[in-house]
This record gives sequence, C-alpha cells and structure tokens, in this order.
Amino acid sequence: MLASAPPSEGILAYGQAIRDGFSWLMSRHAEVFAIGQGLWSPWYVGNSMTDLDKQFGRHRVLDTPVSEAACTGAALGAALCGYRPIIIHPRLDFMLLAVDQIVNQAAKWRHMLGGKNGPCLTIRAIVNRGGEQGAQHSQALHAWFAHIPGLRVVMPATPTDARDLLIASVLCDDPVLYIDDRWLYEEQETVAPVRVRDLRKEGPERRVEGSDLTIVGASYSTRLALQVSARLAAHGISCDVWDLRVVNPLNVDEVIASVKRTGRLCVIDGGWRTCGLAGEVSARVAESVHPSAWKAAPLRVTLPDAPAPTSAVLEANYYPDVESIVSRVTACFGVGT
Amino acid sequence: MQVSERHVSELGDLVDPSAPVYLEPCSLTGYSDEELNGFLRTMLLIRAAEEQIAVWVEQGQVHCPCHLSIGQEAVATGVAAALRSSDRLFGNHRSHAHYLAARGELYGLLAEVLGRADGCSHGMGGSMHLQSRQHGFFGSVPIVAGTIPIAVGAALAAKMDGGTDIAVAFFGDGACEEGVLHESLNLAAIYSLPVMFVCENNQYSSHLDIALRQPSDRLTRYAEAHRVRAQTVDGNDVTAVARATADLVDAARRNSMPVFLEAITYRWRGHVGPKEDLDVGVRRSMTHLAAWKHRDPVRRLEEALSLAGRADAAELAALHEEVRARVTEVAASALKAPWPEASTLLDFVYAR
Repeated sequence: MLASAPPSEGILAYGQAIRDGFSWLMSRHAEVFAIGQGLWSPWYVGNSMTDLDKQFGRHRVLDTPVSEAACTGAALGAALCGYRPIIIHPRLDFMLLAVDQIVNQAAKWRHMLGGKNGPCLTIRAIVNRGGEQGAQHSQALHAWFAHIPGLRVVMPATPTDARDLLIASVLCDDPVLYIDDRWLYEEQETVAPVRVRDLRKEGPERRVEGSDLTIVGASYSTRLALQVSARLAAHGISCDVWDLRVVNPLNVDEVIASVKRTGRLCVIDGGWRTCGLAGEVSARVAESVHPSAWKAAPLRVTLPDAPAPTSAVLEANYYPDVESIVSRVTACFGVGT
Repeated sequence: MQVSERHVSELGDLVDPSAPVYLEPCSLTGYSDEELNGFLRTMLLIRAAEEQIAVWVEQGQVHCPCHLSIGQEAVATGVAAALRSSDRLFGNHRSHAHYLAARGELYGLLAEVLGRADGCSHGMGGSMHLQSRQHGFFGSVPIVAGTIPIAVGAALAAKMDGGTDIAVAFFGDGACEEGVLHESLNLAAIYSLPVMFVCENNQYSSHLDIALRQPSDRLTRYAEAHRVRAQTVDGNDVTAVARATADLVDAARRNSMPVFLEAITYRWRGHVGPKEDLDVGVRRSMTHLAAWKHRDPVRRLEEALSLAGRADAAELAALHEEVRARVTEVAASALKAPWPEASTLLDFVYAR
C-alpha cells in the first residue's frame, strides 16, 4: 500500500495535478471509478494516473481490452446506474472508434428521453502530438465535439484547472469530454487547495489584463497566448489574454467585452482552421462587436488544414510557435517591431 | 427466400415455418395458471397496442418512424418473465414490446408515439426513444447495437453494487453485424459481468435476408467465440423462451457471468410502418409471411391452454375483448394528451 496521496497544494505540475484530481475524487466519492486502456501502465497516460490502481485497487481503476466503443459504452451504462465513471482514452485519435457512444448516446440520452435518464459520465481524452507521431497520433478534435449539444467540453490550461475542472467534470450530472494535452504536463504552478466548482458556472478566465489586443486560447494554446503576450509586452503592446477553459457550452461574453475595449482579436487554436474553435469564437465576437469598434480584422492562428506530418522538419512548420504567432500578430495589426 | 451461395443454414426447422414441430402448442409444464394468463395477457397487449399504433400511422395521427414487433411478442414476454424491476433493460428501434413486457405504462407509450407531453419520454422521443426507468427499462435507441455496450456497463454497475441484479440488451440479427457486439461480448466475458444478450433473430435486417448478410443463420456462434454460454430457442413459443431465459438468468445472477439467448422469430409487418407487404419499399413474400403467421405465438399458447383444459374459448375471447377495450380506452385518452410546450425545446439538453 502506498502512502496516501500528497496534499493537493503547493507547486504542482499539470500531470501531477490531474492525478491529484483523481485521488481527491476517488477518496471522497465511492461512486467514482476510472476505466480505460493502459491504466495499469506508466506509459499511456504519462504521470497523470501513476499508481492510482495501487492506491484505490484495480476494481476501481480498470484496465481494459482494446475496445474503445464497448468500454465507453460500458462507462455510460454504469453512469446510468448511479456511478460517476471516468473513461480514459490515452490518445484522442483512438477515441474516434467510440464516437457513436459519445455523440449518439452519451450526449443525447437525457434529451431524447425527456430528461428522465441522463449519464453522469466523464470522458477523458488526451492530446498527444509532436515527436514525429504523425497523422493518427496527433489530433486535437475538440471543435468536433464542441459542436454537439448535450456534451460539455472542458480544456484546462493550468495545473489548478487540470485538477479542479476534472473534479467539476466528474461531479457534473452531464456527460463531459475533458481534454488534456501532454505538452502541458510539465507546466508548474503554485496551486491552492481544491476548490469544488459547479461546471455549469465555469467559463473563460482572464490570464493577463491589457488594452491593445485581445488574445484567446484554450488548453495548450492559452500557454502560447501567454508567451506571445509576454513578447509583445516587451514591445509596449498590452494584451488582454483569455483562457476559454470550457468550449461547450461556449460563453464568450467577457471576450466580447474585451474586444469592445481593445478593438483587436487574435484567437489561437490547436485545431484546424475550417469550422474550428477559432472561427466560432471570431464569429461570436464579430456578431456582437459593432463594426466601428474594430481597429483591425480578427486573426485566427490555427493548424494548416492538413493532417499532421511526421518528419520533424515539417512538424516545425505545422505547429504554430511563439515566434510565428508574434510575427503574424505584428504584421496583421501593424504593431510591434 | 434469397440465399447467397456463401450462406449455410444451421438452424434447420427453426427457420422453416412449415416445420410441424414448431407449429405445436406450447408446453405448459411448470407454469401456473396465473403465469400463463400473464403471458397471454402481455402478448395480447403488445399486439393490440401495436395494431392501434399501426392504425394511427395509416390515419396520419402518428408520424414518427414506428417499428412494430407484431408476431414477435413471445420473445419480450418470455424474457421479461424471468426479470425483476431492479434489473436493467435496454432496447432498440423495435422496443414497444420490451417496454410493455417490462410493465411500462401503456398510456406513456401511446402518448409518446403521438408526440405528447405525457409520453414516457415527455414527447421528446417518439417510438424509438422509450424509457420506463421505474420498471427497469432504462432506454431504447435506434442506432443498431447502440445499447449493447451500455447494458454491459449496467452489468458492471450491478456487479460493483454487489447484488444479484442483471442487465439485458435486446437486439436483432442485424446488430450481430456491428463490431461493437463483439467488443461487448469480449468485455462482458473477461470481466465476468451479469448481462444477458437477447438476440431476436427475425432473419431480416430492414429488407435484407440474413442469407444475404451472414455465412450462417446461427447467431449463438458469436457468443461461443467469446466463451459466453448461449442457447437458441423457438422465439414463437412463449414458455420455451421463458424456460430458456430462466435458466440463463439464474446462471447470470448466481455466477456473475454473461449469457446469450437467440430467439428465432419473424415480424409480421415491414421493417418500419404498418404494411405487411413492404420492407422499406421492397416487396416481401406474402407466402412466406402467411406460413410464419401460422407459427403465431398467441395461437400456440391459446391452443395449449384449451387442450389442457386451462382456459375455454369463452374465457379466451373475453380476455381478447378486455385487452382490446383497454387499449381503445387508453388510446382515446392519449389522443387528448397535451402537446409539449414550445418553450421546452431546450429543457433537456443539459441537467438542471
């Protein structure tokens, strides 16, 4: 038996914070269990679930056959019977084999049965890209799922959110897709003790206050937004940085208010451009900000509309980095160097 | 019957509607008058309710797609006989019978099919999305095989609860062609979960004969591949279904293990809608249908009751009349049920 989980406060990395979220939930809620491929391996989910099976037992941390659809459906079935399962897909691309259970079933049961029977289900999907892993090991498909009414989609950017939004997702009575990003696992932050939040009331948070340009991100792109903001600050450009945190249902009221002040909007998204999150945010802001308030057209920073490459040389061009975003922002808005 | 040269029938007389052995009256051994009366009453209720729905479809009163199980009543009735209200049942696109056999309210079904606010799903579901949670009927959905893994998860929950409840998934022969059935059988087997897979093999998926879809018509072979105990039964013999189910359910409860029941049957109406001669626009063989109608599960139980002197013609006629009168009365009140308020459109998307 391992020692009890370390306290959920102090300096925590994002991956460890997720683990703390699981530990917090499973210590306090007998109805919570975790099920998914690779949960008894230190490999599949990085350090985000290390030894949870030893801490809570393998009857509550279930490793599974290679059956994404059946395992997701099984978690959904248990969720209809009073449990709060978390089905873990260590790589989002493989979760696509379970789309029927997520989109047709989990997201719709409550609605199509007139509110009589809805699942308290959390689906955790991990975005794990880079490293020459290629087109089927790299996808960030949050925009697909955010399109689905009835499915809440959560994308934490910070260790505190990684922990507290996981807890909020599991305690929420709706199906929630919680997406975390392996590129954030080493991000550190001093975190306060767990604050139990009502997911229905969670929305964008301002990460940096500024007056010249509104930058919006979610998950890893929030980190990019913060780095871009720091670079632009050195040139005297003041950015208002917003972290979306929850991308469905999407609430951008505060982003709209921000753009009304700054007159400029840049949305950074880890997904593709067409029908993507950046387009959705831009459209909602455009609908609500009077044309006279705009100082420049909005800018979307996304992946190019192509599957991920493998070769590192191509990867370097595929994923937007701080340098490329700063140069696009300065060119687009006529600001900076 | 169209047959691919790749297809081998392994079910023999079970799928030959003229085979005399399966035209015989049911065996009543082991069942009380009360149980037998209950079987007959449930089958008659399913048939009368669906005949009412068929009339409504033809009259234009009901617009949602309705998949009728007239002719297949013995399967839901016989299976439900071995279950209790704390078990967890999951249906499919053709689930009026499952809902009623599980003791779901007739009024809730009829109002739902009519799209009324009093329906079992508040008028949000129609024929294909039914539930009666208080009776253990968790839900039916039309995506083929969609509820099979969900039932496996309900069985996982039952096992975690530490009791002896089981989960049941109803599906058809078409669902056996979906990959998720295999994933679900495998998962249920390796986790030893108390779930009963009930395959109603009516030999057609929409318009297409199983002989053109699968190399064999014997669907227990899928269970055997996963070392899941399976049994094939004459699905038009209600006591045979009830007996087979009782054995399988007992094993599932006692040993926390999956079981598989294949019930051979035939639907009298087309895939969707009230017509007998059409499957999604494709003509059906009326000769074949006529032969299957002679294997009527209601007739076979009634003849058995008469031969055994456990019901006379007058009693049977009175029961028919009673069930029909009840359906007529409930249908009339369902037609008066209110429509959903337009303001409820977004009420059930998320929990409140």
